[in-house]
Amino acid sequence: MSGAPRPTGTRPEGVGPSGLGAHGVGAALGARLRDGDLSAAPAVLNLLESTTAQDRREAAALLAEVSPAALGGEAPGQVIGVTGPPGAGKSTLLSALLRAWRAEGQSVAMLAVDPSSRRSGGSLLGDRARIEFDPADRETFIRSTSAGERLGGLAWATRAAAHALAAAFDVVVIETVGVGQAETEVADVADTVAVVVQPGSGDVLQFYKAGIMEIPDVLVVTKADLGTIAMRTRRDVGAALRSLGSTSTSVVAVSSLAPAQGIEELIAALREHGAGADRAERRLRARRANALADYAHEHGERGLRALGGRLAAEQLLRSQDPQLDTAALVAALVAALERSAGER
Amino acid sequence: MMRTYAGHSTAKASNELYRRNLAKGQTGLSVAFDLPTQTGYDPDDELARGEVGKVGVPISHRGDMSALMDGIPLEEMNTSMTINATAAWLLALYIVAAEDQGVAQQALQGTTQNDIIKEFLARGTYAFPPAASMRLIADMIAYTVEHVPKWNPINICSYHLQEAGATPVQEIAYAMSNAIAVLDAARERVEAAHSSDNGTRGAEAQELMEQVFGRISFFVNAGVRFIEEHAKLRAMSVLWEELGRERYGVQDPRRLRFRYGVQVNSLGLTEAQPENNVQRIVLEALAVTLGRDTRARAIQLPAWNEALGLPRPWDQQWSLRIQQVLAYETDILEYPDIFEGSIVMDGLVGELLHGARAEMAVVAEHGGAVEAVAYMKGALVDSHRERLRRIEAGEQVVVGQNRYTESEVSPLTADAEGGILVVDPAIEAQQIEHLRSWRSQRDQPAVDAALAELAEAAAAKGGEQNLMVATIAAARAGATTGEWSRTLRDVFGSYRAPTGVGEASAAPPDADLSELREEVMRLQEKLGRRPKILVGKPGLDGHSNGAEQIAVRARDAGMDVVYEGIRLTPAQIAASALQEGVHVIGLSILSGSHRELIPAVIDALREAGVQAPVVVGGIIPEQDVAALREAGVAAVYTPKDFDITRIMRDIVELVGAEAPVPVAGSVASVNGSA
Repeated sequence: MSGAPRPTGTRPEGVGPSGLGAHGVGAALGARLRDGDLSAAPAVLNLLESTTAQDRREAAALLAEVSPAALGGEAPGQVIGVTGPPGAGKSTLLSALLRAWRAEGQSVAMLAVDPSSRRSGGSLLGDRARIEFDPADRETFIRSTSAGERLGGLAWATRAAAHALAAAFDVVVIETVGVGQAETEVADVADTVAVVVQPGSGDVLQFYKAGIMEIPDVLVVTKADLGTIAMRTRRDVGAALRSLGSTSTSVVAVSSLAPAQGIEELIAALREHGAGADRAERRLRARRANALADYAHEHGERGLRALGGRLAAEQLLRSQDPQLDTAALVAALVAALERSAGER
Repeated sequence: MMRTYAGHSTAKASNELYRRNLAKGQTGLSVAFDLPTQTGYDPDDELARGEVGKVGVPISHRGDMSALMDGIPLEEMNTSMTINATAAWLLALYIVAAEDQGVAQQALQGTTQNDIIKEFLARGTYAFPPAASMRLIADMIAYTVEHVPKWNPINICSYHLQEAGATPVQEIAYAMSNAIAVLDAARERVEAAHSSDNGTRGAEAQELMEQVFGRISFFVNAGVRFIEEHAKLRAMSVLWEELGRERYGVQDPRRLRFRYGVQVNSLGLTEAQPENNVQRIVLEALAVTLGRDTRARAIQLPAWNEALGLPRPWDQQWSLRIQQVLAYETDILEYPDIFEGSIVMDGLVGELLHGARAEMAVVAEHGGAVEAVAYMKGALVDSHRERLRRIEAGEQVVVGQNRYTESEVSPLTADAEGGILVVDPAIEAQQIEHLRSWRSQRDQPAVDAALAELAEAAAAKGGEQNLMVATIAAARAGATTGEWSRTLRDVFGSYRAPTGVGEASAAPPDADLSELREEVMRLQEKLGRRPKILVGKPGLDGHSNGAEQIAVRARDAGMDVVYEGIRLTPAQIAASALQEGVHVIGLSILSGSHRELIPAVIDALREAGVQAPVVVGGIIPEQDVAALREAGVAAVYTPKDFDITRIMRDIVELVGAEAPVPVAGSVASVNGSA
């Protein structure tokens, strides 16, 4: 590892990146991911989802082990966000994609995010039942998580898990429900965002035209077996995207029903985007955005004002070493907050 | 017609049972198939484990069907088969068995249930995706109308909808919407078949369509609120006639008659004080016999001990005798329709019609019954939850369960088996042996050729080739149930039906639940994560109501719920439990296969390194509880544990007791074993 400036205080004593205190649970799990040990995934998620103070410290140690600094670059796996309205056929599509990726020998982790029940805080994570997988396959990992209490963002654990798993899995999929907000959140963590719509969903077009939704990297029209209506939707969406000045979005029509159509084309489009996109740049931007969100969640508007406002905080983040992980960036902001408190 | 739903263990044992029942005065057969046969698996399939011969008879090939019908004259018999996804196959085997007796298919009488939409909604024994399933049904209708004219190719079932919690309005509306989907598919087939360009084609197609309409019968439910249930049947007959006249242009009044068979309600039968079920069954039988104009054509009564386990021949005899007393001792059959002119009955019927028409419109808006499966499923889960809530709160009285619960010791359940039939576990191995010897003795190239033709017919565009023809050829060649289904699955793809639990709305506020939520929150703080439960059904049993209600209540209590649905192998459950990091696992089994499957699931879990406690719910006889606990089950719940909130409290406590190990600790143990 290079001598990148790493703010002190990001990790508790004894739980450092490889070497110092590597016997810590979090660091050990991180090291297993770095070594490509896919069987670490369930325990990694259990740890990242935990909110106890001790587990949070271990989680930080885990993440440090798979940070760009520890890996000597960005994690190799491609993080793909898949989002779309309920009923668009996401689960069936994901089953088909999973089959195709596995046939190519790619290891796949899927993080399915379900909306929580507001009233009770409980959630029904039903998507798993709808994604077909082979239970004996050690290179497929599917985890459902509830979106959690936090408004306006994917659960912290989901973001952290996507980054961590990308160190070991070839493909990491984050599946979320909804359009608009959900898609924006996914864009903050995924290398490639695919939005899934079904034929005849004119509303989605309206969202793009009104600027409510950001333009995705890949747009998938499902249920191509419906024939002309699916083809018309594909054409309309393509034309609308071009009229909005987007030339880079691939529009793919698929049918997940047997005989499946368009799955290979979709996989190629996702791969092409993954190879073409400036992944390092996008991830760096995501880490900064996530760090700011985490900081704001913890310290609120007052915390932002103490740093001189949101713009100043962004400025400060941009001045940090680009290889720092999100936790380290948050720590940099916290350090600045402490300095400003000391000055007063 | 009087029947009892019967079949178990082997074709030979079931044949003996049928002959005894016929000798006792039963006038038709009602065949119960085991779950592997219903879902299209051979006894040696991994998914068939523990299920062979349990809830019905295993039929794998023409040899089994011939043994089942041995000595029973098929030209005289009226045979009802409770078979759906694999109905085309079982009818083909029946046709071939008749050929062996020298009976032509034209002479066969009976019914295949063949209603796939209610399998997606309530019963769970589907095999193929919706569109392919509807094509199979349309093919069977087209085939039987022409070649097996006395056969009822489909029985639209509202029975299972009520078992899944349907209100009378929902039962009527969903059954009628289902019938529309089937008839529309059949009409398409009939019109395609008669599209050759000659002048009479329109008239021919119309005549055939009227025949099809006349062959559709229903299979309904009757609950203990028997006045309202009677009104429901009158409402259904009004709607059916209206549908025939207006949508399908049927004129002949005989063809417009609403024909139905009935099995009275099982959902309301209790495990507590099971003798009370006898009077419930009698009252429910009245609902379908009181008024002559809407009297059932065939009645099956469940046995008093259904909530305890599989009924024995004596239990079924008791149910048959109820019908005989009703028919031959009472004066019920001596009068014209006794509700004619009743203002109260007419008002009740009017209300139900109004509600049902509104609900049918909602289904139509979704694009019809096939497209509305997810909507209807969610609505049923909601209704069932409301029903359970009323029982838990004591608003709906269930004698012996939530009121008048004190009881003397029952002599009925005192024998060693607890008053139920236990299927010999050795049967499964015998059936597998029997199947292998069948496979080794048949003309294999002929089977391969027949299956290849079946695959080709299935891949052809719908309507071009009737699948019944290739299916009968495969049956004749000696193919097996599993081979027929696998061939079609390979072409059509497999399918998982919507679970309905995601659509279920949040629970209304309730003091008990709020208290439970606080406990869940405390547990969450202790665990570091929200308590997470995996709910699933191992084996082939598709009766998912109980599992769904547990899943919804756990969500309402504030837990994260991974609901895996039906038809899971032990390996799938173990993989999911591990990947999802759940704190507790809830399994539900109603088919009697718990003694084999539950220990297999626990072994798979522990092998995967999952130490989370396992709780089991379902129809678990008292004498099996100790064995399950020994296998490592933390708690067992049966139908008498009707208070789901209390079950949830137990589960929360259980997780809390197991929880002193913090998350990081469990990580270390997994780590250590890796």
